Amino acid sequence: MKGAPIVVVVGAGPAGVAAARRLAEAGLRPIVLDSGPEPGGRIWRNTGSGAQGLPRLPGHDPERGRHERARFVEWRERIAFYPETTVIDVTRGRLWALASSGEVDSTPWDRLIVATGALDRVVPVPGWTLPGVVTLGGAQTALKTRGCAVGRRIAFFGTGPLLYLAAAQHLAAGVEVAVVGDTSRLRDAVAAAPDLLADPARLRLGLRCLRMLRRAGVPVLRGVRGARIEGRKTVEAIVLERRRAFWRFSCDAVATGFGLVPQTQILDLLDVPFTLEETSGLWLPLLDRAGRTSIPGVYAAGDGARPLGAEAAAMAGERAALALLEDEGSRIDAGRVAQLETTLARHERFARALARAFPHPRVLEAEIADETVVCRCENVTAGDLRRAVRELDARDVSEAKAFTRCGMGRCQGRLCGLSAARILAAIRNVRLAEAGRLRSQAPVLPMPVAARRVPAEDAA
Amino acid sequence: MPFTIDGEPWYGRVGDSLLSAILAARSDLGPLAPDGRLRAGFCLIGLCQDCWVRLADGRRVRACTTELEAGMAVLLASDEAAW
Ligand code: FES
Repeated sequence: MKGAPIVVVVGAGPAGVAAARRLAEAGLRPIVLDSGPEPGGRIWRNTGSGAQGLPRLPGHDPERGRHERARFVEWRERIAFYPETTVIDVTRGRLWALASSGEVDSTPWDRLIVATGALDRVVPVPGWTLPGVVTLGGAQTALKTRGCAVGRRIAFFGTGPLLYLAAAQHLAAGVEVAVVGDTSRLRDAVAAAPDLLADPARLRLGLRCLRMLRRAGVPVLRGVRGARIEGRKTVEAIVLERRRAFWRFSCDAVATGFGLVPQTQILDLLDVPFTLEETSGLWLPLLDRAGRTSIPGVYAAGDGARPLGAEAAAMAGERAALALLEDEGSRIDAGRVAQLETTLARHERFARALARAFPHPRVLEAEIADETVVCRCENVTAGDLRRAVRELDARDVSEAKAFTRCGMGRCQGRLCGLSAARILAAIRNVRLAEAGRLRSQAPVLPMPVAARRVPAEDAA
Repeated sequence: MPFTIDGEPWYGRVGDSLLSAILAARSDLGPLAPDGRLRAGFCLIGLCQDCWVRLADGRRVRACTTELEAGMAVLLASDEAAW
């Protein structure tokens, strides 16, 4: 006797919400788990009461968020939504999650859509562990949902469209922007310009941010080769190196990011194969066009699989849900599939253009000074990693982790893994792929010691 | 919303996270780094784990994903890591 399959969607951002809605429409009652308090993910999350007085920020549309959340709530009867529920472990057929009550519960699953979103990619520079240094996404979240800026005078350092967007949003909120330091060069952007037209709206938004910064007299430095953050107890200044000259900007906070890293821990625990995307240096799960992994019943969508932005994430979520329905033997709307795939292809083209406009810095990590901390959880320096290669013959990041504890800490290498690989590849003089990647382990996020497992008989 | 840091009274705003409330009062969360240096959170979205603090009631919480509640009593001075 086989009833309806148990379908679980992990993550209620744009991809997860779109997938769940499509599944609910088809009469499946998906279980949706999200670590946040409400659906929408970081992009469509409720702007909290602290953010009420904020002026309109470029690229931020609270109306849209409200609309998307309301649409999700309309389906409440047909979607089992569990907010503040964090998946910590998964096997083929069952997953475990930690609720805000501190209880660990588990559920069996037949089909799983993983829509876990992304984290800013960071590059360690001297001083990046000082209080006052935060990720770009973190600074945006603080501003949009809490209505508070991480500093009074903030320096923005990194590369990518988010660098300019976050800086312009802070400017619009009345925060002083000390500098925007971008490791990419103007000529990268110029070369990519024709392809950036694949998404005119986002191109326009980028240009608008740039104009706002220029008009406010914010120095925008491109082609930055190195950076150092100074301060005794907290951030006091950032020093940027460009064309062998050093520029010092006083500031009380630094927001940094170099694009996004998909949060792929759940896929990794399920042994979904990954491949290194050479241009970005990111390890991405292998997917077909619809979002199927090679593990039967496991799908991935959104920034947690391919960082293409919120609009694309919603489409990828819907596309994955349609693939799931098709795999369940349902007839699906071929016209809608074609429409989604065409639009997604356009988003991918735009993402490739962005990757060319804002390439990951080639040398920043290879040239990190020995004394700079790479792994902030375990305080492992670039020198420790290089010694592990020279003296202990560490061949990849997993071996380096065993020797140095780099990536063994409580963030599980989310922040340091990619940089450690670049440092290793540079000193061993091998291709990045040979430096390998850190594998995920359960629990995917640390659990408070007090967490209790719900006895198996009451488990969902 | 009243709360305390090491017994000292402070006021946070409704809608603050525990982290944003603490950082409005001071610039760090205490010596959380393995070498005893100061930390103050980094990702602000629950992923880096650089913001675990202890509460007087014995709970250990990730400050950036914890909503501020009236009466919360945070202990930052302790030299014992909170995670
Ligand atoms: S600041 Fe990163 S988990 Fe709280």
